[in-house]
Amino acid sequence: MAFVSLDKVRLVYGAASSGTLAVQDASLSMERGEFVAVVGPSGCGKSTILKMVSGLLSPSAGLVAVEGQRVTQPRKDCGIAFQNPTLLPWRTTLDNILLSVEIAEEHSKSYRRDPKPYLDKAHELLATVGLTGFENKFPWQLSGGMQQRASLCRALIHQPQLLLLDEPFAALDAFTREDLWQVLQNLYLTRKFTVILVTHDLREAAFLADTVYIMSKRPGRIVSSKRVEIQRPRRLDDCFKPEFTDMVHDLRARIAKELEAA
Amino acid sequence: MSAPPPNDPNIGAPAVPDSLGTKTLEKAMPWAVILGMFVLWELICLVFNVPVFILPRPSVVTETLIRLWTPIMRHTTYTLWTTLIGFALAIVFGVALGVAVGAWRMVYNGLYPVLIGFNSVPKVALVPVLVIWFGFGPIPAVLTAFSISFFPIVVNVATGIATMEPELQDVLRSLGAKKHQILLKVGIPRSLPYFFASLKVAITLAFVGSVIAETVTGNRGVGYLMVDASSRFDAPLVFAGLIVLSFMGVGLYLVFAEIERRTTGWAHRGQEGNG
Repeated sequence: MAFVSLDKVRLVYGAASSGTLAVQDASLSMERGEFVAVVGPSGCGKSTILKMVSGLLSPSAGLVAVEGQRVTQPRKDCGIAFQNPTLLPWRTTLDNILLSVEIAEEHSKSYRRDPKPYLDKAHELLATVGLTGFENKFPWQLSGGMQQRASLCRALIHQPQLLLLDEPFAALDAFTREDLWQVLQNLYLTRKFTVILVTHDLREAAFLADTVYIMSKRPGRIVSSKRVEIQRPRRLDDCFKPEFTDMVHDLRARIAKELEAA
Repeated sequence: MSAPPPNDPNIGAPAVPDSLGTKTLEKAMPWAVILGMFVLWELICLVFNVPVFILPRPSVVTETLIRLWTPIMRHTTYTLWTTLIGFALAIVFGVALGVAVGAWRMVYNGLYPVLIGFNSVPKVALVPVLVIWFGFGPIPAVLTAFSISFFPIVVNVATGIATMEPELQDVLRSLGAKKHQILLKVGIPRSLPYFFASLKVAITLAFVGSVIAETVTGNRGVGYLMVDASSRFDAPLVFAGLIVLSFMGVGLYLVFAEIERRTTGWAHRGQEGNG
């Protein structure tokens, strides 16, 4: 059974008759542990898909299901990270990450009783993303890339089954971005969660994902998908191999076709 | 203006050199301006021979201030208390209402027009009504101080809460956060800099409120002292009252600016650089 499935999902922002049709007849299904990337022209409703999977938005029609259950309210087993790291400026890096366990219901009580295991987990996560030594710094003392690493940790500390990423690396410079691709891949390989990554960077999608879904212009539909057969762990060198560039070219051509079609 | 020569040593240097002299000058500036103002005032009065009952010289005002120090201080303490009580009420109700207006759309929709209307009423027009209700005691002054300093607090606290980033709300909601958790963990801390900024404005307004009330109703307080003095053409005493008021205003402003600096330093990190 599919872990996440969207069946002919449609979403209208605003009133049903006069509102903006953001997503139309979008269908996809993914397995547990799969890494999916959704790419498409800007404004095509990629982020809307994420919000519907997390339950922050309810579809106007169609079915969104996770683990075979219809999503009707915000799911608590999701971790979310956006392009804007949205760390709280009055909290240190460590406290920002612990915010998740302070709030998430199944952790908040045990965290209050005994914070030690959570602190250990936070330190371990910080070490994996290369932020050891910055635990007690405030967000405004970190670079953009470091803030985004901290934001990833905040999305993962409560061990969500599903990680939802909305263009998390879009505002970073090229080197930091490629660095974070590897950080994310390492986290994915060691922790085995399921990921939906929304991005407009085709190389990013091809480097990270098992399956890339391509969306049309607004109103967004999922028009095709492509498996990425490169073996993990992938290395940055793989980006320069012909099969990788061919794949990126193919993705690019499909999106260009979508843009022309309308 | 011609372009600087290509090997101008000033190119690339900071616009204002960070020397010790500039720093000291920056610190000394406010005092220099105040002192200069008083000197100018004194000189103008002397040169144009302005009569004391129209504009007394600062030296005359200072002399009055020293001579009548005890009664002036008695009225000053009274005004200070009515102001602070009114201000404290404004903080309590302002924060409560600000949180409600910022957090719940319904409250915002319901109350905002009323609040704006209430704030548009000149507070001096309220004083006679307050006198009818509460007589000539300290209560009209307290309530006027309250009503005039209440609004900026409400607006600022509400703004701080209502401008929370939507992404952050999504992150919190996806963790299953309840409304009160979002408010306590994020909304209220994030509105603190707005709150303290409003306190600096509100405390000076509170003084305006209590003094206005005292000029109309009082038998005590700096407002009353000044009205009484002016009816006797005692201009030096009127000006002594004004000076005492401005000192109190500056003093309390500084107190709240310091509290702000200590509690919400994270919101003003620009000046201190990355530590």
